[in-house]
Amino acid sequence: MIVRLVQRIAILLASLVVSSMLVFAFMAVLPGDPARVALGTSASDSAVAQLREQFGLDQPLVVQYLHWVQGLVTFDPGNSYVSHAQIGPQIADRLQVTLWLVGTGMVLACILAIPMGILMAVRHRRPSGLILSALSQVGVAVPAFLAGILLITVFAVGLGWLPANGWTPPAEDPALFLKQLVLPALSLGMVQAAMLTRYVRSAVLDVLREDYLRTARAKGLRPTQALLRHGLRNAAVPVVTVLGLHLATLLVGAVVIERVFVIPGLGSLLLDSVSNRDLIVVQDVVMIIAMAVLLVNFLVDLVYLVIDPRLRVGAS
Amino acid sequence: MSALVTEAAVASEGPDGRRRRRPVTGSLLVGGLIVALVLGMALLSFVWTPHDPTLVNSSARLQEPSLEYWFGTDKFGRDVFSQILMGSRTTLFVGFVAVGVAAVVGVPLGIVAGMGPRWFGELLMRGNDMLLAFPALLLAIMFAAVYGASTLVAMVAIGIASIPNFARLIRGGTLQVMKTEYVIAARAAGRGPFAIGLRHVLPNVSSLVIVQASVGFAIAVLAEAALSFLGFGTPPPTPSWGRMLQESQELLSSDPRLAVFPGVAIAVAVLGFNLLGDGLRDRFDPKLEDHR
Amino acid sequence: MTPVPDTAPASGQGSPDDVLSVRNLDVTVGGRTLVEDVDFTIRAGERVGLIGESGSGKSLTALSVMGLLPEGLRATGSVRLAGVGHDLVGADEARMSRVRGKEIAMVFQEPMTALNPTMKVGRQIAEVLLIHRTRPDRASARAAAVELLAQVGLPDPATAADAYPHQFSGGQRQRVVLAIALANDPALLVCDEPTTALDVTVQARVLDLIVRGVQDRRSAMLFITHDLAVVATACERVMVMYGGRLVESGPVQEVFTRPRHRYTQGLIGASDLTAVDDRGRLVTIGGSVPPAGQFPAGCVFRNRCTQATEACATRPDWISTGPDSGYACFHPVPESGAPGTGTPAIQEAGRG
Repeated sequence: MIVRLVQRIAILLASLVVSSMLVFAFMAVLPGDPARVALGTSASDSAVAQLREQFGLDQPLVVQYLHWVQGLVTFDPGNSYVSHAQIGPQIADRLQVTLWLVGTGMVLACILAIPMGILMAVRHRRPSGLILSALSQVGVAVPAFLAGILLITVFAVGLGWLPANGWTPPAEDPALFLKQLVLPALSLGMVQAAMLTRYVRSAVLDVLREDYLRTARAKGLRPTQALLRHGLRNAAVPVVTVLGLHLATLLVGAVVIERVFVIPGLGSLLLDSVSNRDLIVVQDVVMIIAMAVLLVNFLVDLVYLVIDPRLRVGAS
Repeated sequence: MSALVTEAAVASEGPDGRRRRRPVTGSLLVGGLIVALVLGMALLSFVWTPHDPTLVNSSARLQEPSLEYWFGTDKFGRDVFSQILMGSRTTLFVGFVAVGVAAVVGVPLGIVAGMGPRWFGELLMRGNDMLLAFPALLLAIMFAAVYGASTLVAMVAIGIASIPNFARLIRGGTLQVMKTEYVIAARAAGRGPFAIGLRHVLPNVSSLVIVQASVGFAIAVLAEAALSFLGFGTPPPTPSWGRMLQESQELLSSDPRLAVFPGVAIAVAVLGFNLLGDGLRDRFDPKLEDHR
Repeated sequence: MTPVPDTAPASGQGSPDDVLSVRNLDVTVGGRTLVEDVDFTIRAGERVGLIGESGSGKSLTALSVMGLLPEGLRATGSVRLAGVGHDLVGADEARMSRVRGKEIAMVFQEPMTALNPTMKVGRQIAEVLLIHRTRPDRASARAAAVELLAQVGLPDPATAADAYPHQFSGGQRQRVVLAIALANDPALLVCDEPTTALDVTVQARVLDLIVRGVQDRRSAMLFITHDLAVVATACERVMVMYGGRLVESGPVQEVFTRPRHRYTQGLIGASDLTAVDDRGRLVTIGGSVPPAGQFPAGCVFRNRCTQATEACATRPDWISTGPDSGYACFHPVPESGAPGTGTPAIQEAGRG
């Protein structure tokens, strides 16, 4: 158990280091110099040189990399090359918004997908199961931003029930916050739910074929009881994996959804920074998203250890 | 295996087997038809479109669908139907290149990871897992920030982000092939790893490659649409379904029609490639039904 | 044993001693019949073996009794259990779930997969006690589970109760499965090849535990196997199944020493590892078991039987030779059992 935990932590750290190197190298070895890019082609050489010095861009790459990592680790990534504003507070602010969005989307997806997937598996031979299965296949094909546009058309433009866009922090006006959260979170959640449903279905179908479920019925449990008491925990392992992997999709989906619903989240910050040629902010945001995904996948590994006792012993 | 399993399997093969196969051919058929339709549209756009899809016509703005303009016109007076036809070309082009990049890198990587020593395979897969932290869209935005938005950048970014899917699947297939008796026999006969990889592994994992290519195509279509929607994909004036959606957004209250056509086109194309992938998977290996 | 005339009454019908009576049991899938017209009775405390090759329908018979047939398979006929007011065939899940695990329990073939990998074995045993409320609370159910683990011979049962299935060997897991099955002192224990998947060295030990377990509880047992030696040690009576039908039944001693049905004769010949043909090869039954539902009409064995004649194209009647014995064959092995009367239904391997 301890060995496994240490192993996982080592893998997490190694992945973080390697991916930070990749991101840094990619942004550093680009043709052109970030100071020049930030100031535009019309800037004078002396202005560029000054900016380079100010942000340590004249230092060797290794020093720059270590400086950048130090900034990330101490939650003080320095200032933007373009706006000269502090990046840290800005990212923290935006991250909060995105986490609300992604969190709510994930919860909605689970609420929709888990019961639906179980139902589809239990009824996989009956028309109701096949219809649900076909519906989920269609749902998978609809990108989140398209779902967002459809939801806006129906619930904001058509029925006028909910605002079409905007964002209010929950502390400021909780009612408005919720109203504005519903449609974007639903856009993200529905598409995730369609994908997740299919994984839940196949995981439950696998479990339904297991001998131990027959043993459970031979003990005197009804089929539903047997599935609930003995099946779900076993079916959870593959589903949790998928949940972890899909967090990356969800975070990136949020980038697009924030654009559709005009929400000032991390995605908007990323897109704005790209337009402003604010490369250091792009680099930081990309790294934060990557870190979040790696961290969640690490947590998923820990969840396995809780769910499946077989993994607690050293054997892999 | 127990007598029970044998008996049950024998018992369920007849009418059950038929029942099981029906949806399989269903998804293969529907998926194949949709993919053929998209392909047909793209080919058609080379020889004929009702109007020039990029022609701005200020006297024909926001026309409702008519005989002249089948799907109506957009706010610049461009024919929507012609744009949809041309858009299918963009979509397929991006898909082909992205899947090509992913397969060319991912398949050899998967085979090497599966044939090489265990620690080597594990290491490669760890790297693979790390790539999952950079989904296609994130990678493409990063690329666009550095190199500027272009179709090429989008294609390469989507392709790189799809490598892990190929590598993981092919490694799994390779590990299975390596356990088969004919490979063990070939190794015992002193055949080199290169010969075994080329002669035994590659042909046996090729069905996996085809299946993953189809599914990868669906992912690429989705990613391209999202990128174009964000303005990081195909630059104007080349028509793209994603950008058509983005342009339609400001007119949602007056002309939702403009969102419907590209939206349906994207969803149907993705559905088609997904169904084709599912159908092929079941076709190649019926045992894998219900597993994804 | 003196032969009993054909007119003798059929095996103890309706006797108060009967634990299980199966009448006219058919199992079908689609239009095909996999088990046909199976009829037998098991009395209280009686241990009955059910033997036959793979695909003969013995497992399906057992699953019909449990009401656990795979999806798509349908049983018709009648299965009655003493003390249960309804027929087990066609009973709904609510009623069957009260019977399973309490009146009838089952030990499966594959111990490696029969237990839930994510639940401690103590809880898996306690569960069957709590489902049927034979213990009032968790604490007493757990105590009973530990006691059961001790009974099936697991060393340090208290620690074992807190372990997960993957921490046990196959033989130990089968003991846990047995503990679950015996927990509520069932009237009937159904065993489906419980020792087949185990190492030869532990087979005998597990078999001994099963027999002791049912003897201690005065439970009846239906024991499915293809291993004649196992039947000879564990059972008092044996039923031979082929092609979805019962072809012969009787006391173990009688059937194994003086088989009447040609199939039984072949089966016994094939399991004799000292009997070889003139070329020094082990004897087997010629041909192979046809796929389910594709057995010949009439006598199901006739396409592999060297004694088959025109008459075998019609279905042979059951010929009772005693209260619990009989066979269904037009050309039975003569009573004397003397070889040389006709060609034995045995061919050497490879031919046929």
